[in-house]
Amino acid sequence: MLVIKDLHAKIEDKEILRGINLEVKPGEVHAIMGPNGSGKSTLSSVLAGNEKFEVCEGSASFHGKDLLDLSPEDRAREGLFLSFQYPVEIPGVSMVNFMRTAVNEHRKYQEKDPFSASEFLKLMREKKKLVEIDSNLTNRSVNEGFSGGEKKKNEIFQMAMLEPKLAILDETDSGLDIDALRVVANGVNKLKSPENATILITHYQRLLDYIVPDYVHVLYKGRIVKSAGKELAHELEEKGYDWIKKEFED
Amino acid sequence: MAEDQDKILEEVTGGEYKYGFYTDIETEFIPKGLSEDVVRIISAKKNEPEWMLEFRLKAFRHWLKMKAPNWAHLNIPEIDFQDIIYYAAPKKKPELESMDEVDPELRATFDKLGIPLDEQKMLSGVAVDAVIDSVSVKTTFKETLAEKGIIFCSISEAIQEFPDLVKKYLGSVVPHGDNFFAALNAAVFSDGSFVYIPKGVRCPMELSTYFRINAMNTGQFERTLIVADDDSYVSYLEGCTAPQRDENQLHAAIVEIITMERAEVKYSTVQNWYPGDKEGKGGIYNFVTKRALCKGDYSKVMWTQVETGSAITWKYPSCILQGDHSIGEFYSVAVTNNYQQADTGTKMIHLGKNTRSLIVSKGVSAGRSHNSYRGLVKVSKKAENARNFSQCDSLLLGDQCGAHTFPYLEIVNNTAKVEHEATTSKIGEDQIFYCNQRGMSTEDAVGLIVNGYVKEVINQLPMEFAVEAQKLLQISLEGSVG
Repeated sequence: MLVIKDLHAKIEDKEILRGINLEVKPGEVHAIMGPNGSGKSTLSSVLAGNEKFEVCEGSASFHGKDLLDLSPEDRAREGLFLSFQYPVEIPGVSMVNFMRTAVNEHRKYQEKDPFSASEFLKLMREKKKLVEIDSNLTNRSVNEGFSGGEKKKNEIFQMAMLEPKLAILDETDSGLDIDALRVVANGVNKLKSPENATILITHYQRLLDYIVPDYVHVLYKGRIVKSAGKELAHELEEKGYDWIKKEFED
Repeated sequence: MAEDQDKILEEVTGGEYKYGFYTDIETEFIPKGLSEDVVRIISAKKNEPEWMLEFRLKAFRHWLKMKAPNWAHLNIPEIDFQDIIYYAAPKKKPELESMDEVDPELRATFDKLGIPLDEQKMLSGVAVDAVIDSVSVKTTFKETLAEKGIIFCSISEAIQEFPDLVKKYLGSVVPHGDNFFAALNAAVFSDGSFVYIPKGVRCPMELSTYFRINAMNTGQFERTLIVADDDSYVSYLEGCTAPQRDENQLHAAIVEIITMERAEVKYSTVQNWYPGDKEGKGGIYNFVTKRALCKGDYSKVMWTQVETGSAITWKYPSCILQGDHSIGEFYSVAVTNNYQQADTGTKMIHLGKNTRSLIVSKGVSAGRSHNSYRGLVKVSKKAENARNFSQCDSLLLGDQCGAHTFPYLEIVNNTAKVEHEATTSKIGEDQIFYCNQRGMSTEDAVGLIVNGYVKEVINQLPMEFAVEAQKLLQISLEGSVG
């Protein structure tokens, strides 16, 4: 589904990704871990098409299409979803209006008719139930005045609405209390299917107790320096990142 | 990076004006220029009584001694008042009995504008007075309204048929000496609408006037007078468009509102005069004086405006809160793009006791435009317990535009409570990216964000007008991209 080869990216003149290789297949859950500043969030931004970053080398294909050649909105419409680490507030824009625009843009891309108001509201009710989101959250403006936990739950709700093929969850667990973490993790697990895939970007092992990854990768200084099964996460939890740092000091 | 964003915004905001067509209607003009004779000709054309001619001449003589104001944050090229035609009218056919008799070209024009002047309006409950160039061409539903004693007609007609009412109120809120453009208007105004709501009557439908400048080199000087008697209510809508021309055209209007005891008037404007092209060529100069006198106790006036058009906008819909417990509200969205300039705001003059005012102003600037809020809150000595709350927000799209806020306070009563909040923000790159990531184009994202930003004001508009206004915002900011 996603094939990344030797991906290099920079911001201003600073190279942050220095040759990423990664392959994600349908049905898989990948966890990308690593110390602060290793390039985890940059990777998710670059895949989603944030123009702050410049790709200087390498390739990324998504379902056979050149991902890097697509506009951010087309990447989304192709089924790539990013759950933001810091979701922005859009004052005055209701969640209903926002989500309806988003869903109908996806449908237009798939050459389907837009949902009518009643169809859309029905879908929204179903998905709200699925991800156990508080129903008054969707009556408010997009993320406006939401707590950290509410914002993250809202990201998962949007993911449920858009049914992406590949979801990238950027530090979705940061700043969550244990209850919110459980809600978020349950949502992600329920949305998992043999057809879609998930990339979890996280600093801590904690989230991986709830969402069990098939693969764990360690990102350090812009490269994936170690890949293994879920046991790697436990090892990191025990030993910290220092041993990795030592191993790859130069 | 910032450059990229500005480029995107530039593309997105490079919209074209969609009402720039010109209709070939036989038009009657008088020669260019302004003189006492021209004033006399206009008055004679309209077959006006002597007192009306006197009103005009007094204003004209006063105007000669005045200078165009230059205190606004506007760069106004010198206007040659002798190069303007002060009266143009679609050539009169015999008196119109029904819609079928309206010039088909004219009807086509209004259809293009999306305001069919016919029975459809019955369903939406809007009565329309249409003013093209200088003359009111058709007022709908006059009879339905007359049953309730409501007068809704062109001001020319009112001068003929209700001279006492007009004489009593015309110029009582905006006297001709008020300002340069008010004096000009009083001298040469050609038409406009007149509304009178009798005691205790709630007007059952929205009243609406549609203004359109069609002919070349003409100025439009309309004049609207609304009188709401005790315990009455009316909601009034005003819309306007103009063809696309290279020359600048002048629009100098006056609106006067008088509310008696416990009366309430809602006045909503969607101003969409031709703003000029992308290089700033052409466009309407819009100099408007709008003022309401809340004369009676517990009366209320609410101004709502969505200003997207005009090359230059100079406009301050105001309230004189004379009656005790009277209320003035002002909700404004001003959008400027390309080389447009807007200096707009309000004046809330608190004279009566326990008077309240609310100001919500949202400016959106794009391109190389300049957008200023200018507002005065004045609390006089006798205005015990006056309250005001003002909120002025500016949103910038790109880095070539400017937003300015000029709040003035004159408070001479220490029981007054006055609050002012102001914010300036730039439309966030991260907000746009967030929308992109959910599958929306940058164009849709900008439209969504701006509409969210102005929602507080749009919500004040009558339903169908609100929908129109939202579309208009999309058009003026996004245009034909995508």
